[in-house]
Amino acid sequence: MSASQHGLGGLKYDPKKRHRPPELNVFFALIFIVLAFEVLGRLIVGDSFLFNTRDRVDTLFNEPRLKIIILQVAIIGIIALGVTQVIISGGIDLSSGSIVGAVAMISTAFAQASVNQYGMENLKPILGEAYLNLPLIVPIVVGLFAGLIAGVINGALIAYAKIPPFIATLGMMLFARGVANWTTKGVPISYLQEDYAKIGAGMTPVFIFIALAVLMHFLLKHTKYGKHTYAIGSNEQAARMSGIEVERLKVLIYAIAGILSAVAAIVMSSKALTGQSGMGLMYELDAIAMAVIGGVSLAGGRGSILGTCIGALIYGVIISGFTFLKLDAFYQEMAKGAIIVGAVVLDQWRARKQAAKS
Amino acid sequence: MSEIILKTEGLTKRYGGVHALEGADFEIRKGEHVAIMGDNGAGKSTFVRQITAVEQRTAGKVWFDGKEVDFKGPLEAREAGIETVFQNLALADALNVPDNLFLGREIFKFKLGPFSILDYKAMREKTLASLEKTGVKIPNVNNAISNMSGGQRQCVAIARTATFHSKLTIMDEPTAALGVQETAQVENIIRTLKEAGEPLILISHNMRQVFDLVDRIVVFRRGKIVANLRKEETSGEDVVAYITGAKTAPEYAENA
Repeated sequence: MSASQHGLGGLKYDPKKRHRPPELNVFFALIFIVLAFEVLGRLIVGDSFLFNTRDRVDTLFNEPRLKIIILQVAIIGIIALGVTQVIISGGIDLSSGSIVGAVAMISTAFAQASVNQYGMENLKPILGEAYLNLPLIVPIVVGLFAGLIAGVINGALIAYAKIPPFIATLGMMLFARGVANWTTKGVPISYLQEDYAKIGAGMTPVFIFIALAVLMHFLLKHTKYGKHTYAIGSNEQAARMSGIEVERLKVLIYAIAGILSAVAAIVMSSKALTGQSGMGLMYELDAIAMAVIGGVSLAGGRGSILGTCIGALIYGVIISGFTFLKLDAFYQEMAKGAIIVGAVVLDQWRARKQAAKS
Repeated sequence: MSEIILKTEGLTKRYGGVHALEGADFEIRKGEHVAIMGDNGAGKSTFVRQITAVEQRTAGKVWFDGKEVDFKGPLEAREAGIETVFQNLALADALNVPDNLFLGREIFKFKLGPFSILDYKAMREKTLASLEKTGVKIPNVNNAISNMSGGQRQCVAIARTATFHSKLTIMDEPTAALGVQETAQVENIIRTLKEAGEPLILISHNMRQVFDLVDRIVVFRRGKIVANLRKEETSGEDVVAYITGAKTAPEYAENA
C-alpha cells in the first residue's frame, strides 16, 4: 500500500497523476470517429456504417466494409511501421512510397511465369526466358534486398554524409521512382506465378501486417535497438555521450524501414497480380500521417507501434467513411490534409501542456 | 596521503589560434573532493572535456588510476571509470529513470547484437538500489525525464555515477539551474559521495557551495591554472582575487 502512495525516499506519489498512455487517447479518437460516421451515415445516406442492414445476410457487422478498411490499412500500415521507428529516431522517410514502386517492379520481374492463369503464353518475359518460373524465394529475396539497399543508402547519407533526413530521403524518393519507371520503361509487369500471387491473396496481407507489427513492437520496446532508437530521437547528444553508436544505429533504422517498404511492395504487387511503376505513389505521406495520427511525435523520441496501428485504423476509417457518405474524392484529400495538420497541432499542444505542468 | 587517481601534465587544448587550455598540471587523490573555479571562458569546461575525451587534447599527458591513458572517446573514459555529469544534462527526455541510468550500458536477458533483449526488472531494481544509496528522491522512476523538475533531473544524472561504481566523478556546474531546495538536495548527494570515499571534481561558481563541499580549490584564469589552495588555508576573498587576476600564487607566477 505504502509503495503506491509513496515513491522513493518517501516523496509523495500520486498514482492519479500518472500519465495516461497517449495510445488510449488515440483509441478514443478512433471510437469517436467511427461513431461519428455511424451517426452521419444514418442521417445523410440512411445506412449504417458499422452494422449489417441487409436482412438476407445474418451477420451483425458490415463485414465487407470492415474487411476493406483493414485490408487497405494493412498494406500502407506495413510501410508505416518502418516510418514510425524512423520518426521516433528523430528522422523522416519520404522515400518509402517510391521504394514500394521500385521493389514492386524488381520483384515481379523475377516472379514471372511462362503461362498465366488463363493458359496464355508469356511472349515477352521482362528478364528473358531464363528468368521465368523461378522458385518463389527468388523474387522475395531480391525484392527485400533491393529495399534493404535503398534503406542503407538513406541511412548512410543521413548518418555519415550528415545530410538532413528530409533531403536524403527526398533524393531517394525521386531516384527510386526513377528506377521503377526505368526497369520496363513504364510497362506493367504481369504473368506472375501462382505462388507469388498467393502472398497477397485474400486477407493474408492483414496477417502479414499483424505479425510485423508485433515484431516491430517487440523490437522497439524490448530490445537495445528500440531503446537506443528512442534515445537518439529524444536527445542525440546524450545518446552519443552514453556511448551509443549513433551512426550505425541510424543506418540500421533506415535499413529496416527499407525492408518493410519492400515487404509492402511484394504484398501489394501480389495482391494486384501485377507490378506497376506507379505503385506506392504518395504512400510515404499516408504512412507518415498514420504515424502522426497515432501519436508519434515528429520531434522524435515519442510514439509507439501500437499508436501507429490505431492511427492507421483511423486513417482507413476516414477514407472508407468518406466513400460511404458518397462524398467526392477531393473532399477526402482535403480531409486527409486537415487531419494530418490537426494531429500535429494536437501533438504540439499536448507537449506544451506537459512542459507547463512540470 | 592516499593514491593519486587522476593526474594531468601540460594538458593543452587549442581551437585554431585560441588557446583554451595551456599547460594544465593537475592531480586528485582517492577520496578527495576538488573544486575547479574560474571566470567564464577560463578553461574549466575545456579542461573537463579533455580528461573525459569529449574532445581530443592538443598536447599533454593524462594518468588515470595509475596508468597513462589516451581515451579515444567519452565512452572509453567512462568505461575506465570517469563518470561525468555534464552542464547540458546528458539525459534522454522521453525515457524514464532506469532507461537513462542504463543508457548505453543496458542489462540484457538475452544477447543478440543490436537486438539484445532488455532485462527491465534487473535495471529497475539496480536503479532503486543506487537511488537509495545516493539519497536521491524521485516520486516515480517510471516517469519520463521530461515530466521531472530540474533538480530531479540533475539527481538522476548524478545517480548514474553512483550506479556504476565510478572511480572519479566530475560535475560541471551541477546546481547552476536549480532552486534553493534542489541545490540542497544535490549538495547532500555530493556529501554522500564524500562519505563513501568517492573522488570528485566539482566545477562551480558558487563560493559558499565550494567551501562547504570540497577539500581543495584549483583556480583557472585565461586557460591556465593560477592557484591550488587547500580550503583551510584560504578564504572567499582570496579565491576571488585569484579568479579576477588580482593575485597569482607564487608557484604559478609564470602562468599569470
